[in-house]
Amino acid sequence: MTTVKTSRPSIRLHGRSYHAMVLAPEPPLEDWLAGLDAWLSRSPVFFFGRPVVLDVAMLQPGKQGLAELLEHLTKRNIKVMGIEGAEPSWLDFAMPPLLLSGRQAAPQELSGDAEAPAPAVKSENEAKPPASETPLDSAASPAPAETIRVRQPSSLLLDTPVRSGQCIVHPEGDVIVVGSVASGAEVIAGGSIHVYGVLRGRAIAGSRDARARIFCRKLEAELLSIDGLYMVADDMPAHLRGQPVQAWLDGDSMMMAQD
Amino acid sequence: MAKVLVVTSGKGGVGKTTSTAALGAALASAGKNVVLIDFDVGLRNLDLVMGAERRVVYDLINVVQGDAKLVQALIRDKRLPSLSLLPASQTRDKDALTDEGVANVIGELKEKFDWVICDSPAGIERGATLAMRHADVAIIVTNPEVSSVRDSDRIIGLLDSKTEKAEKGERVEKHLLLTRFDAVRAGRGEMLNVDDVLEILSIPLIGIIPESTEVLRASNLGSPVTLSNPVSPPARAYFDAAKRLNGETLEVAVPNDRRGLFGKLFGRRAA
Repeated sequence: MTTVKTSRPSIRLHGRSYHAMVLAPEPPLEDWLAGLDAWLSRSPVFFFGRPVVLDVAMLQPGKQGLAELLEHLTKRNIKVMGIEGAEPSWLDFAMPPLLLSGRQAAPQELSGDAEAPAPAVKSENEAKPPASETPLDSAASPAPAETIRVRQPSSLLLDTPVRSGQCIVHPEGDVIVVGSVASGAEVIAGGSIHVYGVLRGRAIAGSRDARARIFCRKLEAELLSIDGLYMVADDMPAHLRGQPVQAWLDGDSMMMAQD
Repeated sequence: MAKVLVVTSGKGGVGKTTSTAALGAALASAGKNVVLIDFDVGLRNLDLVMGAERRVVYDLINVVQGDAKLVQALIRDKRLPSLSLLPASQTRDKDALTDEGVANVIGELKEKFDWVICDSPAGIERGATLAMRHADVAIIVTNPEVSSVRDSDRIIGLLDSKTEKAEKGERVEKHLLLTRFDAVRAGRGEMLNVDDVLEILSIPLIGIIPESTEVLRASNLGSPVTLSNPVSPPARAYFDAAKRLNGETLEVAVPNDRRGLFGKLFGRRAA
């Protein structure tokens, strides 16, 4: 068993997820705005303080149309914090930023008052299930319960090697790599990192959980870090290079042991 | 259906242009219609290696920008009628290439040829990503030494993310071509051996080209090594690699330095 004390400054890496409600206007815009007004007349404070993301993929307004739409929403006291489905050229500095790769969230994750209806506002006169973010043809639309997706699993399984220059970020939990992590690659996990292969790159674990551990079948790592405390290859014990190793934190020291 | 092949590496100077010319000539000798495209805008070399540098009128940039038609820019090889070359521009730089323009050129070429071979520039910037964008098959040229292997790994990662096939969820077929392999140095541990490289890169091996003076001799003559000296060890290795590209299964032989008895007895030439 080996103890190594590190007094270096730490790198704190945090990812955070927030749940936002998505407003996805559909053409014709006037009808949609009328529907929105009707909704607001029934629940005037529904959008107060809620982070709202505007998805314009269906509307495709263009630069001018997007600016006008944002004005319409501001007049109705709806604060838009991000925009999805827009061309980067439509956005200027004053507008909310472009968001990419959002995931559907289960409705219970969205905090709300008791009167709040199901999330995702659509136009009033539709028969589509209310919770889906991008409805497909309404004729084949499933029952509302099925369109609510299950919460994201908390561990990420990769069965291809992680190539040099790739950066795997998964703050929600563990990362399991069935394969090797190449020199120059990074794996950043909120929980533990398990590499069933050679770990040649960087493994940064425990950004959310100081109990996280790093496991690998062959240690050739450039850098290991758990909850902000890191150790570079030069500081790792020489007899552990090339061996199956487990690393964890004990207070302020990183412990490593041959598995 | 035409296949688009990109010869790429990440690291510079490992043998991409040499291999593009040699493989292109090998495939054309077997009867296929092959076109080679030089994507190294501003630092073109494929025309030199092919011996066509004195016949370049129009180039890839001219075609992309609409100044010339594709047929005006294509240079037919004098030795192999089924082999053609689309040279790069030497006076411009890669910013003159547009995604759409390149897509149109490759689309047109796919209708006329069996193999469209793209000679990628070194690096991971726009030139390299444009060269690989439309690839169906990729040959990653690697020298058996650490920096080349790491750069090749990087380019393999890019092949899985920046190509049209990757964006559609399909995979680009990848093959490793180990070049400048020196068996003696590998034996002494100065160079990585084949197993080490395969273990790090984890892609199938399509050929091992031994280090040879024939390669420089061929490029000085302005000819692919498979045409200038088809029986030399590198040329034979390239012919084998071309056969494997066409789907044949041939065992990859690791070239070694052992000469036969005659080679040792009569190895030295008289002055």
